[in-house]
Amino acid sequence: MFAFVVRRITQALFVMLIISLVGFSIKNKIGDPIRDLVGERVTPAERELLRDKLGLNDPFVTQYLRFAKNAVQGDLGVSFFHKKPALAVIAAKAPATLELVFGAALIIIFISLPIGVFSAIYPRSAFSRFTMAFSTLGVSVPVFLTAIVLIYIFSVELNWLPSYGRGETVSLGGWDSGLFTVDGIMHLILPCFSLASIMLPLFIRLIRSEMMEVLETEYIKFAWAKGLHRKRIWFIHAFKNTLLPVITVFGVQIGIMFAFTILTETVFQWQGMGFMFLEAVERSDISLLVAYLMVVGAVFVVVNTVVDIIYGLVNPTIRIAGRK
Amino acid sequence: MKKCLAVTLTLAVLFGFGTLAGATTLKVGLDADPVSLDPHVQLSGGMLQYSHWVFDPLVRYAQDMSIEPRLATRWERIDDLTMRFYLREGVKFHSGNTFSAKDVKFTLERLKKSVDFKGLFELFTEAAIVDDYTIDIKTKKPYALLLRMCTYIFPMDSAFYTGTDESGQPKDAIVKIGPSFALTHESGTGPYTVAEREQGVKMVMDRFSDYWDTASPGNVGQIVLTPIKEDATRVAALLSGDVDFISPVPPQDFKRIEKDPKVNLFTYPGGRIITVQLNQKRRPEFRVQKVRQAIVYAINNEGIVEKIMKGTATPAGQQSPKGYAGYNANCVPRYDLKKAKTLMAEAGFASGFECTMIAPNNRYVNDEKIAEAVVGMLAKINIKVNLKTMPKAQYWDEFDAQVADMQLIGWHSDTEDSGNFSEFLVMCPNKETGYGQYNSGNYCNPEVDRLTLAAQSETDLAKRSAMLQKIEQILYDDAAFVPFHWQNHSYGAKKNVNVAPIINTMNFPYFGDIVVK
Repeated sequence: MFAFVVRRITQALFVMLIISLVGFSIKNKIGDPIRDLVGERVTPAERELLRDKLGLNDPFVTQYLRFAKNAVQGDLGVSFFHKKPALAVIAAKAPATLELVFGAALIIIFISLPIGVFSAIYPRSAFSRFTMAFSTLGVSVPVFLTAIVLIYIFSVELNWLPSYGRGETVSLGGWDSGLFTVDGIMHLILPCFSLASIMLPLFIRLIRSEMMEVLETEYIKFAWAKGLHRKRIWFIHAFKNTLLPVITVFGVQIGIMFAFTILTETVFQWQGMGFMFLEAVERSDISLLVAYLMVVGAVFVVVNTVVDIIYGLVNPTIRIAGRK
Repeated sequence: MKKCLAVTLTLAVLFGFGTLAGATTLKVGLDADPVSLDPHVQLSGGMLQYSHWVFDPLVRYAQDMSIEPRLATRWERIDDLTMRFYLREGVKFHSGNTFSAKDVKFTLERLKKSVDFKGLFELFTEAAIVDDYTIDIKTKKPYALLLRMCTYIFPMDSAFYTGTDESGQPKDAIVKIGPSFALTHESGTGPYTVAEREQGVKMVMDRFSDYWDTASPGNVGQIVLTPIKEDATRVAALLSGDVDFISPVPPQDFKRIEKDPKVNLFTYPGGRIITVQLNQKRRPEFRVQKVRQAIVYAINNEGIVEKIMKGTATPAGQQSPKGYAGYNANCVPRYDLKKAKTLMAEAGFASGFECTMIAPNNRYVNDEKIAEAVVGMLAKINIKVNLKTMPKAQYWDEFDAQVADMQLIGWHSDTEDSGNFSEFLVMCPNKETGYGQYNSGNYCNPEVDRLTLAAQSETDLAKRSAMLQKIEQILYDDAAFVPFHWQNHSYGAKKNVNVAPIINTMNFPYFGDIVVK
């Protein structure tokens, strides 16, 4: 077991090394950060001087080693645009994104579950047919458009909800939260629905098909034969078994949702990591970009490594297979 | 449960109206917020706007482009090299310090140290303090634009910025990549103080209670500036009432804003000329004057303004917009497809040729669409243009490397004067002097160079104007570049915001003077 854990951690470190190398080698292709730091009138000679001062003219290896040395000590460089340590910038933006994803996840759970279950139980009802048709449409509309349409309906025309930003936030030990003020919640509604709109149709369909499959199984038929109450059959026996695959898929899709936050955050001027990322690309803030890649990479690597190790604990065959 | 909901909703509505009732707060949505609090760290439109809100210049442009006294009450030329400024007395900085001549000297010295500004102040020598409220500003050679350059001098609080901060760094250090004292602290004399700032999220500015200009009609107690980068979101924020003022307004939404009874649209002619340069080094055809003329004749820039810019620009035939010293009334747009074809035939290129073009796609208003229109228009005179567009982050390196035969560039004169256009865009490129730094057409005409340099030190304004107008005529006849239009600035605001008096050609909305009814 010990050897297995060591091997997995070594692999994880190796992956981080690759990520940093890849991030570092593409950074010069993004654009010139100096251009964004100075006015258009600044002479090429002055720009060169600044570039020298920032060490951007050093050979790749020198730059990389300098970065790696600092990174090991937890310093991922200073953001050119924000003029602050990149890690601090990312940490400050993370709560906004997490809350957005959290809100969207809640919406998905509370909408897709009842609709999915209902349309599995009554597949022929008009409502079920309607949601199925509607969800096909939902899958194919880009989140960007959904967001704009929502803004025009609920902010501009009806004037019910705010159109952009996070509204009033409360600071909880460095975590700026919008979940504890009325204003903050109002600001969350539209972005969360936009983000949820991508996954919602998928989950309604998934839950429906899983549930319909379960309803066909022998044990459900037996339960009917036994004369159990229909509610008990649907919501206890069938529902529980429907959930297993849904939870697995949900875990995977949450990761994908983080990617979609980039678009949602841009439309709503939502100050999260996705918005920050896009702005860093536009401003060629390469030090922030590399730091972002490292952080996101690290999160995925750590999660995967922990999962692997837990799998190893639970299921010894994985450990053995790896030994060969 | 229902009751609970009703109470919550009522409270929300009341709260909403409550904030509206405090009408002296102006919520502003711009495409970007100032990149720092240090006015000298970057020369950009955004930073100059900020400087006008939090600092005050010695002099500033009025709407009619005349020079208006601010911290300097009057001025006089003492000799060819010197201008004497008499400063306003009793002006307080935000820190409580009193403004005097030493602050002007300090600021000028700092400007000369700033990477971004030192080019503009190249000709300036040290300022000489005569007494506490009199100062002599001197130049190395006679300089016609001395007074205009003083619109860039926003006196900073010398006492406030002197000394060292906790990390031992001098407080007046100009630091591109932070941290530094000046990046996060300010003390100017301007109408607003920065109360709160979270970069990229919001900036809150409060009216400075000791502001010297008590004659200013401005009645806004607090400005909350939020950057809203996405065009559609910015417009929606105004239409939904979340903000009171936005800029810029994307041309495709002009009608929407004009139609809405709650908001007004304002546009103001700007001085940024959009041009395409024809690289004579890369393309032998572009060395032929008739080919260049044919291209200019083939471009329907009035059509571009009408169709693509939705009327929010002024078609151009030259660099200088109306009102500038070099504006030449003879140099008008000249779209004539027949003439263009004839010229191509005369030059021996009736069957045309193929060339490449690059343009940015997020730098100027509708830049990509303009470039696409050029491709279509030049196809009519058999010039096949292979266009590549890219974000500005990548564009300028490509531009400098002159990777394409035709390159699009917009230019706003730093001095609000014609000479600046020629210095950067059409003078013979010279690495040593820095002239022609953005002349990717490699157009080189010694006469234009001579006139541009002579105009710099000509202090007789009528003579100078004649020189600058002659330059425009030469460039026009030579078809040195392809002129498109001068972009207009655009603003949207709620009906109760009196925007018209505070906007100007430079796109510096003077929020200090804004009135909200």
